[in-house]
Amino acid sequence: MDHLLSLLIFLPLLVAAIILAVPSRFIKAIKLLTLGAAAAVLVLSLMTWFSFNPSQPAYQFVEKADWFGLQLSSFGYFQVQYFLGVDGLSIAMVLLTGIVGVIGVLSSWNLQTKNPKGYFALYLLLLASVMGCFLALDMFLFYLFFEFMLLPMYFLIGIWGGPRREYAAIKFFLYTLVGSLFILIVMIGLYTSVIDPIATAARAGLSANQNATQFLLQTGKLASENLVHTFSIPAMTEAANYIPGSMLHLLSDREIFGYPARLLAFLVLFAGFAIKIPVVPVHTWLPDAHVEAPTPISVMLAAVLLKVGAYGLFRIAFPVFPEAAVYFSSFIAGLGVLSILYGAFCALAMSDLKKLIAYSSVSHMGFVLLGLASFTTEGVSGAIYQLFSHGLISAMLFLVVGVLYDRYHNRQISGFRGLASALPAFTFFVVVAFFASLGLPGLSGFIAELLVLLGAFTSASANGLLSRWFAVLAAFGILLGAAYYLWALQRMFFGKFWIKPELQTGTTPQDLTAREYFMLVPLAILILAFGIFPHLLLDKVSPAAAGFVNTMLSEGKTNLPEMLNLLP
Amino acid sequence: MQQIQVPENNAAMALICLLIPLLPFIGFVINGLGNGKLPKSVVTLVGCGSVLVSFLLSIYLFISFPAGSVGYTTEIFNWIKVGSLSIPFAFQIDQLSLIMLLLVTGVGFIIHVYSAGYMSHDPGFGKFFAFLNLFIFSMLLLVMGANYAMMFIGWEGVGLCSYLLIGFWNKVTPYNNAAKKAFIMNRIGDLGFLLAIFLIFMTYGSVTYSEVFTQAPTLPVSSEMITAITLLLFVGAMGKSAQLPLYTWLPDAMAGPTPVSALIHAATMVTAGIYMVLRSNVLYTMAPITLEFVAIIGLATAVFAASIGLFQNDIKKVLAYSTVSQLGYMFLALGVMAYSTSFFHVLTHAFFKALLFLGAGSVIHAMSGEQDMRNMGGLRKALPVTFITMLIGTLAISGIPPFAGFFSKDEILAHVFEHNKIMWAFGLLASFMTSFYMFRLMFLTFFGGFRGTEEQRHHLHESPKSMTLPLIILAILSTIGGFMGLPPVFSENHSLGNFLAPLFTASQQLNPEAFGHHMDHATEYMLMGISVVVALIAAIIAYVIYVSKKSVPAAEGTETGLHKLIYNKYYIDELYDSIIVKPVMGLSTGLYRFVEKGIIDPVVHGFGRITMGGGRGLRVLQSGAIGSYLLTMVAGIILILVLNYIMR
Repeated sequence: MDHLLSLLIFLPLLVAAIILAVPSRFIKAIKLLTLGAAAAVLVLSLMTWFSFNPSQPAYQFVEKADWFGLQLSSFGYFQVQYFLGVDGLSIAMVLLTGIVGVIGVLSSWNLQTKNPKGYFALYLLLLASVMGCFLALDMFLFYLFFEFMLLPMYFLIGIWGGPRREYAAIKFFLYTLVGSLFILIVMIGLYTSVIDPIATAARAGLSANQNATQFLLQTGKLASENLVHTFSIPAMTEAANYIPGSMLHLLSDREIFGYPARLLAFLVLFAGFAIKIPVVPVHTWLPDAHVEAPTPISVMLAAVLLKVGAYGLFRIAFPVFPEAAVYFSSFIAGLGVLSILYGAFCALAMSDLKKLIAYSSVSHMGFVLLGLASFTTEGVSGAIYQLFSHGLISAMLFLVVGVLYDRYHNRQISGFRGLASALPAFTFFVVVAFFASLGLPGLSGFIAELLVLLGAFTSASANGLLSRWFAVLAAFGILLGAAYYLWALQRMFFGKFWIKPELQTGTTPQDLTAREYFMLVPLAILILAFGIFPHLLLDKVSPAAAGFVNTMLSEGKTNLPEMLNLLP
Repeated sequence: MQQIQVPENNAAMALICLLIPLLPFIGFVINGLGNGKLPKSVVTLVGCGSVLVSFLLSIYLFISFPAGSVGYTTEIFNWIKVGSLSIPFAFQIDQLSLIMLLLVTGVGFIIHVYSAGYMSHDPGFGKFFAFLNLFIFSMLLLVMGANYAMMFIGWEGVGLCSYLLIGFWNKVTPYNNAAKKAFIMNRIGDLGFLLAIFLIFMTYGSVTYSEVFTQAPTLPVSSEMITAITLLLFVGAMGKSAQLPLYTWLPDAMAGPTPVSALIHAATMVTAGIYMVLRSNVLYTMAPITLEFVAIIGLATAVFAASIGLFQNDIKKVLAYSTVSQLGYMFLALGVMAYSTSFFHVLTHAFFKALLFLGAGSVIHAMSGEQDMRNMGGLRKALPVTFITMLIGTLAISGIPPFAGFFSKDEILAHVFEHNKIMWAFGLLASFMTSFYMFRLMFLTFFGGFRGTEEQRHHLHESPKSMTLPLIILAILSTIGGFMGLPPVFSENHSLGNFLAPLFTASQQLNPEAFGHHMDHATEYMLMGISVVVALIAAIIAYVIYVSKKSVPAAEGTETGLHKLIYNKYYIDELYDSIIVKPVMGLSTGLYRFVEKGIIDPVVHGFGRITMGGGRGLRVLQSGAIGSYLLTMVAGIILILVLNYIMR
């Protein structure tokens, strides 16, 4: 399989195109096609997962081809590549997307859709774009997929959503558009500053290798019209590929508002991704989007879309600007802790179960920032583990809310009491999901949060970046997690069975259907398996995390003093 | 502490070690999946059988354990390996874990058998046994784990089971409140435990016991780090073992079925805190400040909880406060470095407190669910076996020789006497109150006339064999259990102490003073005499009040003064509610209303409005009239030219 990664992206796109050609009266065929595509993506992602070799640090399954280019006279040659690959940071995300993709289709099965054809085509487009984000190694390509996600999401919420869907869709769209804009600005800055040394050598007719070309570049011996500018993310992470005197060169004395350009560029890029994660205080689109989105879209949103923002930090913002990431580590960890606590407090105040879970997502994504900012192998592995684990757990959480909503068309906590006696099987899965989310040992969330907290706590002695208080404060988030989940559990599921009179359907509520079991059981098993056997994931991830931390710290710390000299 | 791997048949040993916790887990899975489908006989067989086999395997491990050895570990698989962190899934078999194994599986089995009778009419029979088996599994992980991470898993696991079982009858709202309170209060302690684990990892680079304890003496005694580690660990112990100020969940936890109270909230889970300190005794020995703190908290809890127990009318509540108080005793012993003595009390307490709870359960069963002692009385004729066995339990807990509690409690008081005379006096006070409330319980329940309804009187019956047999076994253990630790005046051979000794060699090297015997026999006799006399006086006072004068506690709300304060448990629950729960809830709604909806959203909407307004404003310019476009264009060109000129 030479084009495994391309298949992961283009197979769902192809099926989406086929669906558009199928007459809309063949609903069953459309659904089966979508399911088939999602299942194929899952199989392909599993193949990638199992043949991925974690001991090899380089990108694997790489596909690289020139896409288009443009000679801009003295500015040099502008090159855009079709460049895909996976490493230990992205492999977990690929698998997660494969798993959740199938779950999402299953949960769309009985959705009363106005236009099933459009819905399922957009769904596949969404799946393909998310996958593309996790696989792209060319920033232009990444950005393309990043923007592509926005489009199906906007329509999926805006057309198939709840009563306030338009408000939510526009809020989501504007927020993320602002985020994209930030990313775009930095992307252009990077593009003008970074060259591809090998392509440059070829273009200049030099027989020099990469290092020699980089040396020539740094000593100013290369004519500017021969420079091949690139969007390649690996090229951007090497300081030697930056053109001397360019905006984002390490020693550039460009300052913007009195700040070195690189520090500012990092902040802007960070802000762009932070909106997507989301980080408090730019998180308010998330609860609204969740409340209005139909169940499958909530599942996709929480389980994989939020991960793209965090992944952008792993893949682009941090490695491209290591010294800035190190410089702002406390700030980032602080935002993480703020998200953890603020999200948890808001969750405690919620009266709508879905909104409660949305705020708990904000809280749990805070752990990713904290782990990342700790710059320890434990913390970074924990952050990736959290991305994966939260993907599974939040999928399950939104599914169980969907199960309730399907039966009563209501999610108000105060509308229900004693559901445990009427819907025992459903309650069982709710309990599993809640306890997984509140970090019970034996379930996957615990491993992630343990590693993150441990990483954040030991950062002080390992690399001196974070104060221990970050970890101590974050630990209180775990306590609050127990509070809001158990309280919700008690109010809705325990006590004597009672449903608000206006919600009563007159019939006895049905416990889980076969289709619902089919979605919930695998998720529960996965959550348990990754809680008991963390090495299943850590073996693939932690070597890459260790490499990430080493590079970040060594480059960050050597580059930082030079950068700080520029500060007034 | 050096670890010796048992060289031959290591694989077989590893399998046995794995099976011990795995069997109850399999029982949990079978009973959990088969909930409502399996017949009760199968549920009972699976539930009790799995624990029985674990018990037999534990006995085998115990017998084959090389005497005087320092124990061994068996690694099952590598659990977490990231960066410098490596946590194997491994079991540690030594004196401490072996005895805990016997206790958990042994008493656990007895209580499983009892439950088969006690819960026989409950529709949630299968679910109950599933939870009970899950508890045994978690508790076994807790005591068998070879590192702090595994202890933590078991620690939270037993917390989960405790939550599920307290709220077992989840249709009753107060029970759910009690369950939620137990879980959250335990989590507060767990945070301390977690931070302690982080500090341990940071300091010693490992969380495996053997590695931590061998390196422990590299830190100076009383250094800040070791004090911080031990204090934080103790915070965890305070939560799990219900010490001041994190004790209020345990009395509420009596909402669970009585076998649960006996197994989890008396005999096993709540002693996990003591197990943790014993396991880490090397660290504690190096932190005298923490030890003093542990002793003070333990003593304060012992006295405080015993005083609340004096006037409770719910039979299980009395026993619950008694448990809190006795746990305080155990921590007091730990604080004065009487490590093996504390463990001795863990064991004897497990026997007699499990007995008392199961006895109370038998009474409640006979009284058709009645728990208020004001409505009981004169039950000794109807429930002879329950009466006799509970009387043995009462004698044991009150410290009357030769019952089990006498030996362990006396040993604690003797050590405390050596440490600090004032503490000893308070310990004696707690002992006095213990004897009083226990005899009060006995007299109100079993003596005098029957005060219940006619219907209850009609139903009175001795419990079935499956319930009385466990009572009898526990009564025997409560009678003879003390002889495993005879005091020096009677025998130089303290079999439990000798057996446990290798656990404390490192501590002894660090502080040989604390392990020596300094007391002469005359003092020892005197101390014993005093505590027995005090216990008897308390029993006599209780007899005078509740049997001779036939006084019955007054109805709710008629108490006055100090009595009212104590009856209402010093209003601690109300205090916590107003200083912790309400502010947290207030903060949460406040943040949502004023920050989320009051600041962040308006700002976002503001940006939206500016954009929309800007768009509306600019739309005016797009009038479609060519003339105005031309005008603007010309004006623009002029502006550029002018600017160009100025800039130069």
